[in-house]
Amino acid sequence: MAQLLLRNFTRAGNAALLTKGTSSSSITATSAEPGSCQLHTTPACCEIRKLARLRVVDNSDLGKRAMAEGRPPRCIHVYNKRGVGLIGDKVLVAIKGQMKKGILVGLKQKQRIKQPQFDSNNLVLIDDNGSPLGTRIHVPIPTVLRTILKEKTLAKGADYTKVLAIASRYV
Amino acid sequence: MNINVRILTKSVAQQYAFKRIVTFSTKPTQQAAAAAVPQQQEVTGPTVRKPIVPAHYRFVYPEFLPDPKVEWRNAVREKLERLDMIDRRRQIELPEFYVGSILAVTSSDPHAAGKTSRFVGICIHRERCGLRARFILRNVIDHQGIEVVYELYDPTIQKVEVLRLEKRLDDSLFYLRDALPEFSTFDENMEAEPLEEGAPVPINDIKVVLRPRPWLERWERQNLLGVANIEQYIKDKHRKSAEKVQKPWEKYDLMKQYRATIPEEEQKEIFAEVHTELHTLELQRKRNKRKRTFVKPKHLA
Repeated sequence: MAQLLLRNFTRAGNAALLTKGTSSSSITATSAEPGSCQLHTTPACCEIRKLARLRVVDNSDLGKRAMAEGRPPRCIHVYNKRGVGLIGDKVLVAIKGQMKKGILVGLKQKQRIKQPQFDSNNLVLIDDNGSPLGTRIHVPIPTVLRTILKEKTLAKGADYTKVLAIASRYV
Repeated sequence: MNINVRILTKSVAQQYAFKRIVTFSTKPTQQAAAAAVPQQQEVTGPTVRKPIVPAHYRFVYPEFLPDPKVEWRNAVREKLERLDMIDRRRQIELPEFYVGSILAVTSSDPHAAGKTSRFVGICIHRERCGLRARFILRNVIDHQGIEVVYELYDPTIQKVEVLRLEKRLDDSLFYLRDALPEFSTFDENMEAEPLEEGAPVPINDIKVVLRPRPWLERWERQNLLGVANIEQYIKDKHRKSAEKVQKPWEKYDLMKQYRATIPEEEQKEIFAEVHTELHTLELQRKRNKRKRTFVKPKHLA
């Protein structure tokens, strides 16, 4: 975990999201950088855990600005018991100094047979009621989301199926 | 009543088993093997008709060859799997394709609006054998790279079309993930480009342009033929470490090669078992295709 944190901070190179506990580790990382050739030799973790960077794929103003500035949102909580976000899971993200909720609509991680695996970890921002902030999703989303989000809508109070309505294309 | 039913089912099962064994018995192969030996000695003798398996079958139907790993071999299971594969092939046309071919797979999808989904993409990898044979399709849709894994013998697959039959320079094209998106972008409404009958499968010697590092894998170590600009992005230290892990002696390691492949004699045995069935299926498909193309005019009025 500490390694993961270090990598995230050194790669991003910004202190926007540093909390008190992790700031010391980032300082050690930056001080170690010039001497060592490479800090990490482990492959990148493809799972959506805390502090994983995501890509906003809807046309919400907040999301577009965050992506254009090169400060993609970071997952700060996954709303399930495992702590690893799977497709259709709700996550809490830190985006431009705010906390927003979002739904994962595409993952880099290995998927089941016949389900698409994406080149980036995609996110659609929603508000607390489950209605999306944007009006359009500009990449394809997997068809399984139909079933998953419908089930979640029944289980929880919020209506997540509005995300399906703004999708432009299914794979 | 109960006993009757049991006897009936038993007899049916026996009949069924008997039928299956007859169609795919190993006897012709043994006969052929036995016939092959004396034939070499006396060429003019009366020729016994033995199944002549075309040499290209191991490339066209690679999944019929079992995994060469000794611990995983099981002659009975392999035979049963072959029967099941043939059974599936009677239901659906699973065409010849290679890594680098462009495929369109239509599969039933309970989540989709029309209950089916079609995905077009380039085959970047083929792996596993028997009923578990699978392949990965990759495409870039709306500037988003997407990959889907399909199992070849998945019963939910409705149709597999080969839109462009060709090979690439490498055995697997995972480097397309790190290449510029235009190299894995294919039109979804692409029309099939039929090859002439009997023509060899063309090799597309296109060289892919990679994005700058960081990459998903250390491509410089893999001796890739289909990549144009690896040299541009690697430094001396990468070059040195790549040289260190090279194993140029491996191509002389006959034992390694033997363990990693199914020997030719065994291949012949396997394909002799399924050849007649596959051949008749091929002929049937050809006939049907001709019929269909003749009956169906493309544009009406």
